[in-house]
Amino acid sequence: MSENAPFTIEQFYKHINQGKLLGGRCIKCGKVHLPPRPLCNNCYSKDFEWVEIPSTGKLITYTVIHIAPSQFQSLAPYAMGIIELANGLRLPGMVNGLPPEQIKIGMELKMDFGTCALNQPWPQWPRYCFSPL
Amino acid sequence: MKGKPLVSIVSVGLSKFGKLEGLYAREIFAEAAKEAFDRCPKLDPKKDIQALYVGHMGESYEHQGHTGATMADWIGLGHVPATRTEAACASSGAALRAAICAVRSGLSDVVMVGGVEKMTHRPTAEVTEYLAMASDYPFEQWNGMTFPGLYALMATAHMHEYGTTERQLAMIAVKNHYHGSLNPKAHMQKEITLETALSSRVVAWPLKLYDCSLITDGASCIILTTPELARKFTDTPIDIVGSGQAGDTIGLYERKSLTSITAAKVAAQKAYEMAQVNPGDIDVAEVHDCFTIAELIAYEDLAFCKPGQGGSLIEKGETKLGGRIPVNTSGGLKAKGHPVGATGTAQAYEIYLQLTGQADKRQVKDAEIGLTHNVGGSGATATVHIYRRA
Repeated sequence: MSENAPFTIEQFYKHINQGKLLGGRCIKCGKVHLPPRPLCNNCYSKDFEWVEIPSTGKLITYTVIHIAPSQFQSLAPYAMGIIELANGLRLPGMVNGLPPEQIKIGMELKMDFGTCALNQPWPQWPRYCFSPL
Repeated sequence: MKGKPLVSIVSVGLSKFGKLEGLYAREIFAEAAKEAFDRCPKLDPKKDIQALYVGHMGESYEHQGHTGATMADWIGLGHVPATRTEAACASSGAALRAAICAVRSGLSDVVMVGGVEKMTHRPTAEVTEYLAMASDYPFEQWNGMTFPGLYALMATAHMHEYGTTERQLAMIAVKNHYHGSLNPKAHMQKEITLETALSSRVVAWPLKLYDCSLITDGASCIILTTPELARKFTDTPIDIVGSGQAGDTIGLYERKSLTSITAAKVAAQKAYEMAQVNPGDIDVAEVHDCFTIAELIAYEDLAFCKPGQGGSLIEKGETKLGGRIPVNTSGGLKAKGHPVGATGTAQAYEIYLQLTGQADKRQVKDAEIGLTHNVGGSGATATVHIYRRA
């Protein structure tokens, strides 16, 4: 865990690139931010510590994208959902590893960590997605 | 302030909505402004208008930012302070709110507020990309989300929680196309069948092509003044008696509710309270139907029915012309069209026509109180305004 790393979106994706899902816990009020933020939107503190977030959760809603942005067109149709992680935090993401018609609200999913190509232009972020446990 | 007029509308203008080939945004805005000037001969635009607010979402379409000054220039407002507001699809709803504040502050007696977007000259893929900028980039867009996809997430959640059906959503499209067929300025003026809507291609399941609003060119504007000065300019002013604006997280995934747009609910509560009006008092409403599910959720957020009852409200025909609370008599974003920045004040235009008895074939009989509901992005901004015959 990068103790002195800034609590930013950039750092969130650096962690994803290392296969880690980390949020920032506000030391003053205890709120856990996923993604991390450098300013607590609850108590305005700037003091955080990194906390590991369990990378499994359940699907709370989803859609199947048929008309996709250009960089995703080769994948369409693909499913996108909102996943509630074990401790109530949520992330949006692609749902892979099963045909869209088998996707069900409430199903258990795990996060799959992508990596970022070194020569990629801004933003130099990897992508993550979710698949059945 | 409760129950008292905040400001009065003395004139309104709307360009034709549609594919306006060969026209630049500023030229379309000039068309809307000309109508507003012609409607109000007692107003001298150059002498009387003291500020301009313009809603505009995207400079990418025409390589043109600095929209406030550009529009003021093309409508001959010279040195008048002109400011652009941007709040995605609620850009001119936010402009309206800013204009009301400008009049109420006492700094400006007469203010013009409008909105504009020129979109159809760009390929659909590019427009889709520009529109997606209204949503969160690093988590939603980066990982493959689209703008219809976000509303589809709400639709799936609503269907799961309340049993809302794709058929009910399609009924909203059919209704709004019927209303659009009565509006000579609408982008699409033809009716569609339920089967056409239900069998159209899937965009982001459960939303299909006919669940989505149109990519449209257009501009709208209204002219506001104090209630005291209004009669100097017109015998039929329309008062704005309630104004609410609220925000929420930029990411849909962080919101507590996925079956309601909380910002719209909060904005509506503020507007109702300010106006001292109940949801049941509204005679006609223009709501933000960027997708059919958005109109259904609006019924619930505006308390036209209870949460979960939106599907049954459309099934019973209560929101159709002739129903208990006609919604989107203009055709809405679905059929009139959705030139993003123009939408908020285009809604106010329709309500003005309705409350002054000028809505022709789509006139709601004796309409006295109207409401507009304008949502930005997936709901990180919402504005609600309430209007009353003066």
